[in-house]
Amino acid sequence: MSSSTTHTSTIGAIGAPSRRNTELALLAFAVVIPLFAYINVGLAIDGELPTGMLGYGAGLGLLAGVSHFVVRKFAPYADPLLLPLATLLNGLGLVVIWRLDQSERLQQLPNFSAAAPNQLMYSAIGIALFVGVLLLLKDHRVLQRYTYISMVGAIILLLLPLVPGLGMNVFGAKIWIRVGGFSIQPGEFAKIVIAIFFAGYLMVKRDALALASRRFMGLYLPRGRDLGPIVVVWIISILILVFETDLGTSLLFFGMFVVMLYVATERTSWIVFGLLMSAVGAVGVASFEPHVKQRVDAWLDPMREYTLSQQGVVGHSEQAMQALWAFGSGGTLGTGLGQGNSDLIKFAANSDFILATFGEELGLAGIMAILLIYGLIVERGVRTALAARDPFGKLLAIGLSGAFAIQVFVVAGGVMSLIPLTGMTMPFLAYGGSSVIANWALIGILIRISDTARRPAPTPAPNPDAEMTQVVRP
Amino acid sequence: MSELTLTVMRLGFLAVLWLFVIVAVQVIRSDLFGTRVTQRGSRRENARPQQAARQQQQAAAPPPQRQQQGGGRQRRGAPSKLVVSEGILAGTTVALQGQTISLGRAHDSTIVLDDDYASSRHARIYPDRDGQWIVEDLGSTNGTYLDRTRLTTPTPVPLGAPIRIGKTVIELRK
Repeated sequence: MSSSTTHTSTIGAIGAPSRRNTELALLAFAVVIPLFAYINVGLAIDGELPTGMLGYGAGLGLLAGVSHFVVRKFAPYADPLLLPLATLLNGLGLVVIWRLDQSERLQQLPNFSAAAPNQLMYSAIGIALFVGVLLLLKDHRVLQRYTYISMVGAIILLLLPLVPGLGMNVFGAKIWIRVGGFSIQPGEFAKIVIAIFFAGYLMVKRDALALASRRFMGLYLPRGRDLGPIVVVWIISILILVFETDLGTSLLFFGMFVVMLYVATERTSWIVFGLLMSAVGAVGVASFEPHVKQRVDAWLDPMREYTLSQQGVVGHSEQAMQALWAFGSGGTLGTGLGQGNSDLIKFAANSDFILATFGEELGLAGIMAILLIYGLIVERGVRTALAARDPFGKLLAIGLSGAFAIQVFVVAGGVMSLIPLTGMTMPFLAYGGSSVIANWALIGILIRISDTARRPAPTPAPNPDAEMTQVVRP
Repeated sequence: MSELTLTVMRLGFLAVLWLFVIVAVQVIRSDLFGTRVTQRGSRRENARPQQAARQQQQAAAPPPQRQQQGGGRQRRGAPSKLVVSEGILAGTTVALQGQTISLGRAHDSTIVLDDDYASSRHARIYPDRDGQWIVEDLGSTNGTYLDRTRLTTPTPVPLGAPIRIGKTVIELRK
């Protein structure tokens, strides 16, 4: 004690540094990793460096550079991790889609066309939308004005696949529409729009939903009439499940609402209610809706499904079992990029089942890294919600990151046969325009909120009394 | 392509992927921001040894605050540190390097007193031209006491004399 001397410092807020250079470094890293993967695939398949390497690297680098420049210019305090993480996933997805394009088995399919150039184009459109969000949306609180318009918009987007002539039935799930030559998955966009509605609605109503309740067995039971909103959302998601026969979309919307309701009210009882209601709904629908029932059967016994499919019984799919075999043959460290046989999963190998390719060629180690990267994106979203100063921004950030997390869970769980398979796609990794574009917009909104949240507060005006304290002289 | 090259690339790619994840987590670690609660010594008199070592490291790090003009070199027998001997902050020491030390409940004070009897800007201790340390009450509600006398004017502080502010007692030591 006698020799220890120190300055005591004061307690004070540390201004968040802007971290743009960190972002740039990570972004460069996130472009180099897919390039490495690209070279690896080329060497493994053809034994030489792939020809399009420079063009591909330049394309990804250009997209990353443009997005970084826009963030640096228009959202200087934004979170440094969101952009590199999303870029890495997008880049890895592009490589694996390109790798599946090289597969001779897939090239023999009747309706084969190279998917990687399209995916690169979708990524460019996605980045353009990301840039557009940052340029046009100067303050996320503007979205609050469109609470009820968003509700209408979301319902329209959700109903579009049911419109005759517009909707498409793709292997049972009716979640696509066809406009011109493009097929679009409106649910991907609906998840952003509906997050805006939930955030605006819950911000206004949360006190009624949180405070008017009775305590019963350690749970706060809401009043009957406060159950209204959750019941309405539940009915809508049941209707989605029945008419669009897609468990993923249904689970996404209901789960998102429950997450946001819980965050808005801090009442655990909503989670209990939500779990009960979704269990009742899922079991109820699965027991009478034939397509959902079949998916559940395929989930419970994928081997039987595989056998039926091999015997040529119509309406059965061998993919679920093949995905499990792909994961199994990957083992811990994987077969190496370009050396797996996941292309046996024919047409859906680069969209719904792209995770199986990752599982086979990168193994458990690679899958864990990929899931961690998704986890980090969600973590940054939740951290943004924590840091946000306005309740609308908090709820919107938690809703968007919750939707992202649920989607990753639903798809990864489906491919790994943890839950029944759905028609949704892995954000950023999987081939599909709607998914990539909508998720870039989602990241754009999160970056906008995090920029507002981390922007240092304006310094208060100097207090004129501070230095003028008089010494009392008697 | 040889089997060996492909195996090396396969493992290398996994390593690079994980390196990215680790770097990202490190960025998160360095990105935690909010309020910084700075080490201000143990409440008990006997500070633990490793804490003392850390305090010494800290003492070397912070840049000197406003140097008083004409402070001159330190005289022999001049106090080298300020010690809080009673109160919540008991055991805290502040090196005296010619800077003004402000005491009070205000957050930007050198020593933040968490004490209901202290004013927000209670007193300050500063060296005069000769390097003699002076304590001055800044119009506090309950007054600053040197030994037993309430201060009315800036007063030189003898070595070891207790300065009493609310429940806190501080003194200058060599």
